[in-house]
Amino acid sequence: MSDDLTGNPAPDSFKGLNIVVCLKQVPDSAQIRVHPVTNTIMRQGVPTIINPYDLFALEEALRLRDQYGGQVTALCMGPPMAEDALRRALSLGADKAVLITDRRFAGSDTLATSFALSTALTTIGQERPVDVVFTGKQTIDGDTAQVGPGIARRLGLNQLTYVAAIDSLDLARREIVVRRRAEGGVQVLQSKLPCLITVMEGINDLRRGSIHDMLRAARANVTVWSAEQAGVTNPMMCGLRGSPTVVKKVFAPSPRSEPAEMVTTEAKRPAQVAEAVLDLLFARNPKLEADLTARKGA
Amino acid sequence: MSEHFDAIVVGAGPSGNAASYTMAKAGLSVLQIDRGEYPGSKNVQGAILYADALEKIIPDFRDDAPLERHVVEQRIWVLDDRAHTGSHYRSDDFNEERPNRYTILRAQFDKWFSKKVREAGALVITETTVTGLVRNEAGAVIGIQTDREGGPIFAKVVVLAEGVNGLVAQRAGLRPELKTNHVALAVKETHFLTEEKVRERFNLNGEEDGVVIEVLGSVTSGMVGTGFLYTNKESISIGVGCLVSDYAETGMAPYELLDRFKRHPSVAPLLRGSEMKEYVAHLIPEGGYNAIPKLTGDGWVIVGDAGQFVNAVHREGSNLAMTTGRMAAEAIIALRKADVPITEAALKLYRDALADSFVMKDMKKYRHLPGTLERNRDALFGAYPKALSSALQTLFRVDGVAKRDKEREMLGIVKKSRGSWWAVATDMFKLARAWR
Repeated sequence: MSDDLTGNPAPDSFKGLNIVVCLKQVPDSAQIRVHPVTNTIMRQGVPTIINPYDLFALEEALRLRDQYGGQVTALCMGPPMAEDALRRALSLGADKAVLITDRRFAGSDTLATSFALSTALTTIGQERPVDVVFTGKQTIDGDTAQVGPGIARRLGLNQLTYVAAIDSLDLARREIVVRRRAEGGVQVLQSKLPCLITVMEGINDLRRGSIHDMLRAARANVTVWSAEQAGVTNPMMCGLRGSPTVVKKVFAPSPRSEPAEMVTTEAKRPAQVAEAVLDLLFARNPKLEADLTARKGA
Repeated sequence: MSEHFDAIVVGAGPSGNAASYTMAKAGLSVLQIDRGEYPGSKNVQGAILYADALEKIIPDFRDDAPLERHVVEQRIWVLDDRAHTGSHYRSDDFNEERPNRYTILRAQFDKWFSKKVREAGALVITETTVTGLVRNEAGAVIGIQTDREGGPIFAKVVVLAEGVNGLVAQRAGLRPELKTNHVALAVKETHFLTEEKVRERFNLNGEEDGVVIEVLGSVTSGMVGTGFLYTNKESISIGVGCLVSDYAETGMAPYELLDRFKRHPSVAPLLRGSEMKEYVAHLIPEGGYNAIPKLTGDGWVIVGDAGQFVNAVHREGSNLAMTTGRMAAEAIIALRKADVPITEAALKLYRDALADSFVMKDMKKYRHLPGTLERNRDALFGAYPKALSSALQTLFRVDGVAKRDKEREMLGIVKKSRGSWWAVATDMFKLARAWR
């Protein structure tokens, strides 16, 4: 295997950003079902897609590349069939694709996943330092939103999570300004490169690759690395063995027994509505009324 | 950056896959383009795989192709509303080392076929619609344009394996728009059962052997068409198809037909307790020989459903698709090896191969049938199936009536169904002539 992912000699005149997008192949959640008896997710025969949030990350990376030059590498950890996801990333415009796949990665929780991905990122960075790592804000099958920050922490990158827009990037000063969705508002954050960005949905509209992107993707060889080739020296940190998280129980939430009730009054005055709500509450829970009356009396 | 290929194949159905595979295997540079999300995602069939046609392309396909059951028994049912009259042919000879027909699930089969195409060296791209053909000053086709940015993509020849609608060829003026009486609309559902239940209900030995039932009569509510029921490993494919012009005339909806078919007292017990997991609809070219468009031109060739290659009588289509795809490919390979332009004149190779094969011979044999069936629709798809059932019920019911009287009554039923013996004789003559 060549150091360069395409097998071609790297051009010395590399200008612009070296971007890596971490993406995950997930079951299409629209078509997934939970086994009624065992409560386990039935994945068999369910079509796979690229985690939708990761597609926004990929598009954002492609836009930065188109504006500032450089290259976008799609990185994925998964079974061999995850190559389909990477090929799709190539057809959308990614320049290179790396799949890290190894039995030793099986059963990874977020800690082990961020370990494997950050190791591969380090290996990728040996060829040329990585400027920006992109991920989606979370996956739709795990929903933890931990892997992005985990990678940032392991690689010592500034982390910009829940990014809803990239305001500006100054290549010379190696600075980026982003808008981050925060509770109750928007934060405008400035960071030095390199950094890790996790993006929100809706940050952009995914492009349709050109016919030449399609041809390039159909021809491209996805680089496939084993754990060792990805740079893993301590397999104890990988897969099930490197995963302290244990799924103890999976269950489907029981449906709410009663539908919500809309309380309206004719006059629509707040006091009247409040009165009606209280009446309703007390009717359902007489003990509450008794307690409150007793307290009021005391 | 301009791209050049020996051949561009439009479509990843049986004909496109056969053509792409054959050409790529011979070392030609092939680009295959499909508009579906993945290769074959738009493909629909009953589905029966005819081994012979595929064997001539991939001789050892049985090693890894996803096959359901090989067919050991063929039934033909003529339905009226409450009865079916059936004939069965079953032979242990069909339990052979290299069986002749298989039931398949196209979703799996097409995935396999497309993988073979890519392994043979063709480039396959999906989610891309070919929007037009590119021509040179002389009018020869030299490439294609797609709905994606970039292009055109050039090729020595464009193989139009685009299926029944044939929109690219139509838009390029290479063929007329489909006529509604040249095309059937078929709907199908796949019902899942346990393997054991399939075996029991159809009197099968194991999970390898299977039954196909072709159905005529009230299943189409008097319209020109047929129904079918095929056994897969753990499921049953059931469907019905009729001419689009007949749907338009009667106002019947395809799913109503299928629902009635499923409720038929002869069919309902076969499906009982099953879970429907797939429903699909597709057009089938049924115009026959007379509806075949011009098949070749300078730099282009038409194969498969796009060329109307379906033998509606024998329910054959995918084998004609594969065979026409292969023959076009073989002609193109020969022309590329000789390094001569792929012109209409040069493509005589393809036209001659077709004419010499069962494909054109069968198409030609039944060339009068579509018209005859359409013109005699009410008799053939309405009156006779009813009369047949009614006459047989008279025969089999033991009710103190003398057999000679019964025979007279049966003949009366047949005569009455068409008004006179002359009408019956005329029908038979017309049918025989069309069949000849």
